[in-house]
Amino acid sequence: MKNGLTFLWLLLFATQLLAQTPSPGEIAAKSQQAFSYAGRDMAARVVMTLVTASGEQRVRDMTMLRRNGVAERQKYFIYFHSPADVRGTAFLVWKDPGRDADRWLFIPALNLVQRIAARDAESSFVGSDFSYEDISGRPLAADTRRLVRDETLNGKPCHVIESIPTGRAGFTRKLAWIDRATFLPLKEEYYDAQKELSRVFTADEVREVDGVPTVVRRTMKNVKSGHRTDVVFRDVRYNIGLTEEVFTERSLRRPPPPWISVE
Amino acid sequence: MHGFVQVNYAARPDFAPSPDRDGLGDDGFVLGEERLQLKLAARSAGGAWGLLAKPELFHDAVSEQAGTNLREGYLDLAHDAWDVRIGRQIITWGVGDLVFINDVFPKDYAAFFSGRPLEYLKRGVDALDANYQSETLSAELAIVPAGFFGSDNLPPRGRFFQFDPFPALPRATAEPAARFSNTEAALRLHGTMAGTELAVYAYRGFWRAGTFAPDDSAAPTRAIRFFPRLAVFGASARRSGLGGVWSAEIGYYDSRDDPRGDDPAVENSQFRFLIAYQRQLAADFTGSIEYYGEWMQDHAAYRRTLPPGFPASREVRDLLGLRLTRLLRYQTLKLSLFAFYSPGARDCFANPEVSYQFSDRLTATFGGNIFGGPAQTFFGQLGRNDNAYLSVRSSF
Repeated sequence: MKNGLTFLWLLLFATQLLAQTPSPGEIAAKSQQAFSYAGRDMAARVVMTLVTASGEQRVRDMTMLRRNGVAERQKYFIYFHSPADVRGTAFLVWKDPGRDADRWLFIPALNLVQRIAARDAESSFVGSDFSYEDISGRPLAADTRRLVRDETLNGKPCHVIESIPTGRAGFTRKLAWIDRATFLPLKEEYYDAQKELSRVFTADEVREVDGVPTVVRRTMKNVKSGHRTDVVFRDVRYNIGLTEEVFTERSLRRPPPPWISVE
Repeated sequence: MHGFVQVNYAARPDFAPSPDRDGLGDDGFVLGEERLQLKLAARSAGGAWGLLAKPELFHDAVSEQAGTNLREGYLDLAHDAWDVRIGRQIITWGVGDLVFINDVFPKDYAAFFSGRPLEYLKRGVDALDANYQSETLSAELAIVPAGFFGSDNLPPRGRFFQFDPFPALPRATAEPAARFSNTEAALRLHGTMAGTELAVYAYRGFWRAGTFAPDDSAAPTRAIRFFPRLAVFGASARRSGLGGVWSAEIGYYDSRDDPRGDDPAVENSQFRFLIAYQRQLAADFTGSIEYYGEWMQDHAAYRRTLPPGFPASREVRDLLGLRLTRLLRYQTLKLSLFAFYSPGARDCFANPEVSYQFSDRLTATFGGNIFGGPAQTFFGQLGRNDNAYLSVRSSF
């Protein structure tokens, strides 16, 4: 009788344990939610420093606005403050997973709004080590995943998730260390067509902003070329009431105050 | 304070001299100048008003003249769904790549063919431009008051070999008189429906390129450049599809001063049409193609009244355009090619270009303008103007 009870307790304990470990798909969904979809909307000043292997630096300073829509849809508005020759250039992206995003580019010198045809996975964002997909998030359905192991990274317990793209992509395999507490990716390794490590993403500083755990410093390093991109998010704000109106052609031509300061 | 300093040189391949009507001697340089542009801007905190001015100071080494220019200078006012811009401004409409149907605003073709940066193809227009945006339909109305007419800048005879209908006559220009009835107005209505960006356009004004006519047909003393009246009605559409972006545009040019097409000095009415497709071909490699045509109306009347010795234009002037752009080395090196070819007239134009960003502040561009085709055609007549150009810009 006592053995039976012990067995029942063990069984109960085991099922509790199993229930606490989410599936790889669930982990990925929560990670995407935490990293790319936090809040109903977001505004941030983003400074991207591109560093070559020899130490030469280029800086891209921009204001990024984001608004979530239904399903996985999102709209992004990015206004460039520097460098000087792209000051005033603005980007508008309407992201709809399952199809290529709609993208517009505003060229101030010509007062021209251009529609850009591009494939997200392969396009480098302003010459950095990040692609557009790295910035705005990859559709969940685009990869198959499995949980490789649980591991502690820098003192934080993580799930290590392996993702393999189902179709064409900028990588053949990705390993992601997902923080078990915040579900933010703390480190990602990208493997290329030669099955070699090509890029490494690290979340260098995670801070709580408006109660939302946010990666405020991040780096993407191209292991093969030695080039890396350091990104700092300043003045991050969530749920500030950005409307659909902000993500239109009018904003490209006239950066909407108060969200964008044209300094 | 922001702006740039730029040097810009263009020369013929063997430094062959220009027609050089100015008698200055240019050593084969089509363009040689240094330019400073300042961008002065201010905006109120809430965005209710804004000011922008782009004054320029330049030194033309070929004509040895220095000068100033106000490229843009305007006041912006905003209230609710309205934006109004008053002053000299650049307005760009339409979906063509270096072909213009409903973009009825001033152009500088001399700048483009001389190897200036692409932004100089467009000139500022002195106008009041009012924009209204709503969720479904938006409207833009641009009014150019009489007396502020801006003509296109064409390649000058002094620096460009070209067909000259009146070789012996000095030139003069007669812009539309400053009468209220000569006010220009351009309207654009646009919106998005089922994922397609749609627009309709209307313009009432003048042919901006102008035509030349002798002041007196019997005993001409001068060739006068004048600007006949024009109305344009058109539409454009743009949407993504087949992994790229499709664009289409049409326009009807109503030559109001030559309704029957029998005035040899005035362009006939014409239809213009365009279809284009743009696509990313590989990582950091974009390509686009377009097919553009101008269909002259009353072509028989045109042929009948064409003065002797003038080359005859075809009824349909068509162009295939191609653009390839490749970015390398973290987008610091840009290789691009733009080309036109006319299947009907067999003339062509090519503009290959290499651009390198030395740093965030310094960019150098090296390229060429190559004209080809039978001498009677648009690009063919410019055949002796092939040039290579260099421009270096330091931005601050």
